[in-house]
Formats: sequence, structure tokens, C-alpha cells
Amino acid sequence: MNQTDNAVKASLFVTCIIDQFFPEVGEAAVRVLRRLGVDVEFDQSQTCCGQPAFNNGFWNDAKPTARRLVDSYEGEGNVVVPSGSCAAMLRVFYNELFHDEQDTLRRAQALAPHVFEFTEFVSDVLGAENREGLFHATKPMRVTYHESCHLKRELGVDLQPRSLIKSLPGVELVEMPQAEVCCGFGGTFSVKYADISAAMLNDKIANIQSANVDAVVAGDMSCLMHIGGGLEKQEAGIRAIHIAQLLDERI
Amino acid sequence: MQSHTKDFRQGAGAALSDPKIQANLEGLYNGFHQARIDASDQTPDWEALQDKGRAIKAHTLDNLAYYLEMVERNVIASGGHIYFARDAEAASNYVVNLAKERGIELVIKGKSMVSEEMALNHRLEEEGIEPVETDLGEYIVQLAEETPFHIIAPAIHKSRGEVSELFVEKLNVPLYDNIEDLTREARDQLRQKFVDAGMGITGANFIVAETGTVTLVTNEGNGRMCTSMPKIHVAITGMEKVVPSIEDLGLFLRLLIRSATGQRISSYVTTVTGPRGEDEVDGPEEFHLVIVDNGRSKMLADPNLREALYCLRCGACLNACPVYRKVGGHAYGWVYPGPIGAIVSPMLTNLSEAKDLPFASTLCGACKEACPVKINIPRMLLYLRKELTQGETYPEHKSVSMAESTAVKGWRASVSSSFMMRLSNLGGRLLQLPFVRGGRIDRLPSPLSGWTKHRKFPAIASKPFRTRWKNIGKK
Repeated sequence: MNQTDNAVKASLFVTCIIDQFFPEVGEAAVRVLRRLGVDVEFDQSQTCCGQPAFNNGFWNDAKPTARRLVDSYEGEGNVVVPSGSCAAMLRVFYNELFHDEQDTLRRAQALAPHVFEFTEFVSDVLGAENREGLFHATKPMRVTYHESCHLKRELGVDLQPRSLIKSLPGVELVEMPQAEVCCGFGGTFSVKYADISAAMLNDKIANIQSANVDAVVAGDMSCLMHIGGGLEKQEAGIRAIHIAQLLDERI
Repeated sequence: MQSHTKDFRQGAGAALSDPKIQANLEGLYNGFHQARIDASDQTPDWEALQDKGRAIKAHTLDNLAYYLEMVERNVIASGGHIYFARDAEAASNYVVNLAKERGIELVIKGKSMVSEEMALNHRLEEEGIEPVETDLGEYIVQLAEETPFHIIAPAIHKSRGEVSELFVEKLNVPLYDNIEDLTREARDQLRQKFVDAGMGITGANFIVAETGTVTLVTNEGNGRMCTSMPKIHVAITGMEKVVPSIEDLGLFLRLLIRSATGQRISSYVTTVTGPRGEDEVDGPEEFHLVIVDNGRSKMLADPNLREALYCLRCGACLNACPVYRKVGGHAYGWVYPGPIGAIVSPMLTNLSEAKDLPFASTLCGACKEACPVKINIPRMLLYLRKELTQGETYPEHKSVSMAESTAVKGWRASVSSSFMMRLSNLGGRLLQLPFVRGGRIDRLPSPLSGWTKHRKFPAIASKPFRTRWKNIGKK
């Protein structure tokens, strides 16, 4: 992508869930990107990608905010999103949402190649794993990686987070069984079908516990809100942290 | 079959609270699901095969009338009969009338999901004709007076012990404690039925247009006996099952069998072209092919749903689906369960009655990943959700609650600008005050109580990121 590190610019689409519930994750992402030499921008007009309404069938209600996002980021260069799901919304699902709105569709498709999920950007574009002495050791830690569904299956990102975790000194990546299986969140699915969702969550938690780790790491705060909320309810003593936080603690 | 799709929640609840069903469903991940992954990994150019299969399906369905006419010509040329049934009732009438005309009292059946759509066994019984399922799983389900739980493994919800008890109750035999004895008993029970039956009814995994050949994929050999022992063979299948050529059949057998069970080839692949010829030793005297629409043309006509008809009925999406692996097959309330069922069942029954089906998914995409012909199931689930909410193509099925519409309007306002986000943040923090302890919410009122029963909820941050940016912004 960019030949000289110093020239890399990126605009952070922080996502509504991080903005409103987990601002510390956004801060961690900013620190990591800056430490990697990225000139980080934040467009204050951003709100939400529209996924909550879109997934529930309210496409007409999702359009205004999605359209505004396209307006904001069009021609602005790299957009980094610390969420596989929201990045997939921009890159994949805007094709569905704007199927009947040719002009916006064309602009969304032009924007799509500039949209990066956080680990994709940090690994593929910035090559953080290969930078000598970037990460420093802290207290040894065992972590397992949960594959967020949209990150893995819509964006095809599964190696980058793992290679980033493995490059951290003192951090051991322990694979859990069924790491690629959904945690049961699914947005309003977890409210509308709370019991099915909880049954899926309980399997996820059992798998996390079987890895005997200090923390479960993922690239999406929606999954982590769900998994973390379950771990806390069960007083499991295992943290649920975003990969930006794991990197930030060691950079 | 009568549809119970509107009882999805009840059915799901029943399965979730049944430890035996949960234990049996748990086996799917390391069983069929892993077997499919291994088989496809070991197949060179698997993805190229998938793409080719998908392209052939797309081509065939885009030219379906042409290929169905070719099937008709070739079935007749090989001495068989063909009947195109507009719906399940017409298909049942054809079969029942044929059986009555020929004085049939006993019918043996190979596995057929389309005959489940028709509730054919029920219709035959009403007419005083005894239908006997000969696939072991289907035989168990028939004895238990249930419906199939899974497309390729109809009795997967039943443990060995349950089947043993069922046999004692229904067949008056001793309590067997191993699968060999149970299978032997079923074979003994079925043997005479094969001999006595006047008609064999099967499904068809594929119909080859250029030859008018019906293909059956089985592991028990019962399908082949249904096609060859009785004097009359009736094959019933959906109109989407046609493939152009024998060469295509080879490709689809590879895709189907690997995806269904992980086998490279099933124990039996049977091809039937017309009745027994004059120089042939085996085969029926009469062959009938019943091709059923029963709502499929509605999916064919909708460009957003047409790819649902690419389905090979391998069951891979069921095995891959974490929701199916919790709620099982009966919860879906009609013939086809799981991810593909969440599209097909609403479209072949009643969309608004079945509205839970497209919504009861996390859109995790495991189904799309597992599908041998790359059917984009999540995309179609999203489309059906939109139809149920906004009702553009199917306005009569629009079905959305006032409460949800209001909530979405509220959300829409809150994300309409940065100012409104800040305002909502403030409002949210005031509303959450009574519930927050240590930055977490332990219990919320309905409709969020289901969430907090099993998970804590995070409190809205006092300073959202957009406010904090000022401090960490440009230095």
C-alpha cells in the first residue's frame, strides 16, 4: 500500500458500540496506530454503520446513516474499523442495502477497498509483527482467540489476529475448541432469542475455560460484550479483551 | 405436511430443555460437520468443483422449462410415465389414484423429503394403503409417529436407548442394547415388506435431463430395493433436482456425498431409467416420475431467492449451524429445518407465519461456508427479514410490531448526527442509573431481561470516544 511508514494516514471509524460503551478500546486502537507511525484522523460526524436496523429488516431506516458514512469517508483514504462486523457492513452488506440506489452503491463500492478492519490494517498494511522491538514483554499471559463471524467469514480475516498475538513477547496463544463457532450474540438475536443465544454462549464459555487462559481476545466488541458479559455473570475470572487492547498493553 | 412454523419458540424451548436431544445434537460438530471439512480438504480443487456445480445449477434453473421438457421426452422414450404436480395435493392424488387403480395395499418407501411435504404417508393411510419407510432413520421416525429431525439423518435426535425402547413398544421385541441387533431387527421386520409390496416410492437426488434418469444416493441399499422389487416404482422429487447431463451427475455426486456424510462415495448410488426393459432381469414393470412444484416456482421467479433452489439437500448447513445444533429440526416446524429450511420452509408454506425462521439466526455465515454450491443463505435471510419488515415484494406478509418500529425510529434519530449521539448518550446514562453497579448492569426489565439472565450488560460510558478524542486528538 503505502511505501513510507511516515506517510500512512488513516481515518478511524470507531463504531457506535466502542464510542458509547467501550471508548477505552478506541483509545487503545489510536495509540497502537500512532505507535506504528499512522497519522490518525477522527471524523466527528460519524455515528453508526446502520447494521442494527439493516439486520432487522429496516433497510429504509438504515440507509440515512449508512449514506452519511459513505459521504464522510468518500475520497478520504484509508478507513480503519476496530470491528469485523462493522467493516463487513461497509464492504459487503452495503451492496445489499444500496442495491436499489445506484449512485450510493457505486460510491460505496469505490470506498470498500479503502476500508480495513483493524488487524488487517495493522498486519497486512503496517506489518507490525515484523517490526523489531515494537512490542515489549509484560507479565506472561495465556490467551485464546475467538473468531468473530463476520471478520472470519465475510472478510476472510483469520491469520492476521493470530500472527499479531503470536508476535507478542510473553503472550501464549492457546487455541480453544470451536474457536470459529459463533458466540450466539447476533445483535438483536441475543434479545429476541435470548435462550438460544445463551445456550450458544455457554458452549463458548466452556470452550474458553477448557483452554485455561487469562483472557479471550477478539476483534469485535459486540462479541466481546456478549462473551465478557457471560464470563462476568459466571464469575469465571477470565477477561474478554479487544486485540487493540492486548497490543496497546505491550507497545 | 401441516406447518407449525409459528411455534418455533416453543419448539426451540423444548429442545433446549431436553438433555437427550442436546447430547445427540452435540455430536454433529465432530461428526458430520468435521467429516465434511475433512472430505472437502482432501479433494483437489474443491472450490473449483463448487463453482462449477453452482454455475450448472444457475444455468439449469435459468432454463428450467427447457430441461424439464427434455426430462419429459426422455422419461416417456424410456417407457416411463411422468406427471408434473402443481402442488403437494396434486402429487398425492396422482400417487394415491395410481395405487388404488392397481389395487395396491402395501407401499414401501425410500427416503423422500418431498413426500414429507405431501404428508404422503398420512394420505395413503387414509385410503387404506399401508406405507412402510425402509430407510432405517425414517423407519424409526415412522414408528415413533414423528417427522424427520434432519434432512439426511431423520432420527439423529434419538439415542440408541430410545430406539431400543421404541422397538420394544411398537414391535413387541426384546430390549436390544446394541446397534447391530437393532439394525438386524429392522431388517427382519422390513424383509417381508419388500417382498409383499406392490409399489415402491422413492425420492430422487437428481434427474438427468438428457437421459431421463433418476438417481438415488443411499447407504442402506433400501432405495435400490424400492426401485427394483415391487412391480411399480414411483419417484417423487422437486422440480429443481434436474441436471442437464450424466457428466454433470458425476460432479454433483462428488459435491453431495462429501458434503452430506464426508464419504467419497455412498454405499449405493442407484440410477434408474424407465421400467425394466425386455432384455433386463431387474426393475419394475412400471415407472412413474412425479415432479413437484409446490411453491418452488415462487422462489424461481424471485431473483433474490432463486439460489435457494440450488440446494442439493446434503444437510451440511444444518450441521454447521450453531442455532440448529441447539434447537434441532422439529423447532423449525415444517419439512426443511436449519439455515436452508429457514428460507425454503417460509416460502413453501407461509412467510409471515414462519417469520421466526429468518430471524432466528446470528447471520454467522457458517452455512454459506459449508454449502457445496455456495448458496448465500445469510443474504437471503436478510432479504426475507426486509420483506417481513418492509413488505416490498410480498406486501401481504409484512409483519412488524409497533414496539419494534418505534424502537427503530428512536435508534434512527439517535444516530442521525453527532449531536444526537451525544444527546442519546446523556439520555441513556440517566435511564441506566437505577441499574448500574460497578460499571455493569446485572439485571434489566423486559424485553432485555432475557439478556441479563445470562450476561451482564456494560454501562454506557460517561465520556464517549467522540468526547475523549479531544484529549487524545492532535498533539
